[in-house]
Amino acid sequence: MSDTDLPLSPDDVAEIAAILEKSGYREVDISTSRFRLRVAKGDGSDQGMTQEWQWAGNGVAESAAASAEHVHDPDAVAAPLPGTFYHAPSPGAPPFVAVGDAVTEDTVIGIVETMKLMNPVHAGRSGTVAEMLVLNATMVAKGQPLIRLA
Amino acid sequence: MAIHRLFIANRGEIALRVIRTARRMGITTVLGVSEADRTSLPAREADEAVLVGPSPSSESYLSIARVVEAASKAGCDAVHPGYGFLSENAAFARAVAAAGMVFVGPAPETLDKMGDKLEARALALAAGLPVLPGGEVASRAELHARATETGYPLLLKAVAGGGGRGMRRVDAPDTLDTAYDLASSEAEVAFGNGAVYAERFVARGRHVEVQILGDGTSAIHLGTRDCSIQRRFQKLVEEAPAPNLPDAARDGLEQAAVRLARHMHYRGAGTAEFLVDAENFSFYFLELNARIQVEHPVTEAVTGVDLVEQQLLVAMGKLLSLTQEMVRPFGHAIEVRINAEDPDADFRPHPGRVTRAAWPAGEGIRVDSHITSGGEVPPYYDSLIGKLIAIGASREEALSRLSRALDVLTIEGLPTTASLHRTIAADPRFAAGGVDSHFLPGILP
Repeated sequence: MSDTDLPLSPDDVAEIAAILEKSGYREVDISTSRFRLRVAKGDGSDQGMTQEWQWAGNGVAESAAASAEHVHDPDAVAAPLPGTFYHAPSPGAPPFVAVGDAVTEDTVIGIVETMKLMNPVHAGRSGTVAEMLVLNATMVAKGQPLIRLA
Repeated sequence: MAIHRLFIANRGEIALRVIRTARRMGITTVLGVSEADRTSLPAREADEAVLVGPSPSSESYLSIARVVEAASKAGCDAVHPGYGFLSENAAFARAVAAAGMVFVGPAPETLDKMGDKLEARALALAAGLPVLPGGEVASRAELHARATETGYPLLLKAVAGGGGRGMRRVDAPDTLDTAYDLASSEAEVAFGNGAVYAERFVARGRHVEVQILGDGTSAIHLGTRDCSIQRRFQKLVEEAPAPNLPDAARDGLEQAAVRLARHMHYRGAGTAEFLVDAENFSFYFLELNARIQVEHPVTEAVTGVDLVEQQLLVAMGKLLSLTQEMVRPFGHAIEVRINAEDPDADFRPHPGRVTRAAWPAGEGIRVDSHITSGGEVPPYYDSLIGKLIAIGASREEALSRLSRALDVLTIEGLPTTASLHRTIAADPRFAAGGVDSHFLPGILP
C-alpha cells in the first residue's frame, strides 16, 4: 500500500548487478527506512550474483506480535530504534555476544543499523545471555526484544 | 476505452507482475487481498490494497460476489484475473462486465467453450487441428466401441475436468468396464458432471504449447514453449522455444494455434497446448488456456513482447499493433518454478516464513517473485514462491546461466524445489534438449 513508486525496478537491479560485476567490489548493500537490498557476488570466480530484499513491514508486522509477548519481560534487551539488527560488528566477524556469555550494563550485545548509522545496543544490566531472539541481519521494530538475559 | 484503475483479482508473483506493467502504462492498481495477504509484497507495492475476504480462497479469491463488489467499490474500470482462481471462469467474466467493468481476458463465450473439454476438442476439429483419436463415451458399450478407434492404452478424462484430476489410464479391454464406472463416478464427485471421454494415450509425449495473441479479428503466435517436465500434471520447467523440434513440426504447431485462434475470433492472450509424439513429432491439440500462463516470461524473454501489456491493450479495445512479421524470437529462455515443497517428503507443500531469500541476479537472469527475506508463504494457496528465468543467446548459454543461478540461489526457512532443479540442470539428457514426459519420473527417488 505504498503511495510512492517501486524503489527499484528489476531493470534497476540488473544495472546494479552489471556495475558490480565490472567493479572490484563484492557487494552493494543499500538500506532505507522502507527496504534493504543487498546485491552480492558469489564466492567462486565463476559464480553468479544474488539479490536479497528485505522490506521494513515484513519484520515489523511480525515483531509487533512478538513484542506483545515480551512487553513485561524484564530480562529482554529491546531494540532502541527500528532498523537492521546485527550480531557482529562486520560480516564474518565473531558475534558481540553468544548464549552463555556474561555481560555487564555497558556490554554491547549487537548493533542496529538505521539509515546507514550503526547504533550499538547495550545490555543495560549485568547477567548471562540466555537466548538470542532475533536472527542476524533482520529488520526489527523499536522496542522489539533482541536477546534475553538470565 | 482506456483503463485508468485496474483491479487485480489475484495474489503472489503474478499480482506483482501485473502491477509492474500497469504502473509503467500509467494505470493505477488496486489489489484485492485476503486477510493472509494483507502485508504481502504485492499489497505493499500496489497503489491501493483492499480486503476481499478471509484467508481461505473460497471466501476471497474464488468468491465472484466478493471480488466484483470489492472492484466496484474501489471505483475500478477493469479487472485483471491473473492465472488460476477465477481467471477462466465465464460467470466471473460476465459478472465483471455486468458491473460495468472490463474483464482483461477473452469473451465469456470463449471461456465457456474452453472450459468444456469436448467442446474445445470439437472446435479444434472444426478449425482443422489434429486431435487424438477418441471422443465422448456415454456408456460402457460406447467405450468399447471407442476403444477400437483409440487402441490401448487409452486415457479416460472428465469432460468438465482439468488440472489432471479425473484421469484414468486403461491398458487392456478387460478393465474397460470398471474404469468407465470409476472415471464417471469420480468425475461426478469432483466436477458435478459425470460425462467422460476417451483418447489415445501417448506413452512418450512432449508437452509443447504455443502462445497466441488475438484482438477478436486477427491473431498471431509468439512461438513455442516446451513444458514436458511435469510432476502430477504440474509443470516444473518450461523453456522457449521448444528445443530439438524439426522446423516443419514447429511451424505446424504454430500455424495450428493461429488457425484455432482465428476460428474462434480469440481476444487476448492464450495458450494452445499440444501433445507431441517424441519420436515422430506428430502432434495433437489438447486444450486452450484462456489466460496468461505462469510460464509466460520465457516467451517474453525471447520475443521482447510484454504479454501483460498486450492483454491490457486488447482489453482497452485496441487492435494488435504487432504483426506476425514483427515477432522475431531470438535466443533461448528456461524457467524453473521454485516451490515451497519438501523434496524429501514427496514434495509436500511447506508453508511458513522465508527467513532469508537470496535470489539470483545479473545478466540474463529474471526473477519473478513476491517472496523476499522475512516473507510469509501462507498455508492457503499454491506453493509457488518464485520463478527463476535464465536467458541466453543460445540454449547452452541459457542453461549455463541457469546452473550458475541455481548454485547461488538461497532460500532459508523452508524447503524448496531448488535442489530438484539443480539435478535437472545437471542432467546430460536435459542438456541435450527435448526430453519427454518420462524424464522427470526417471530421476525422482
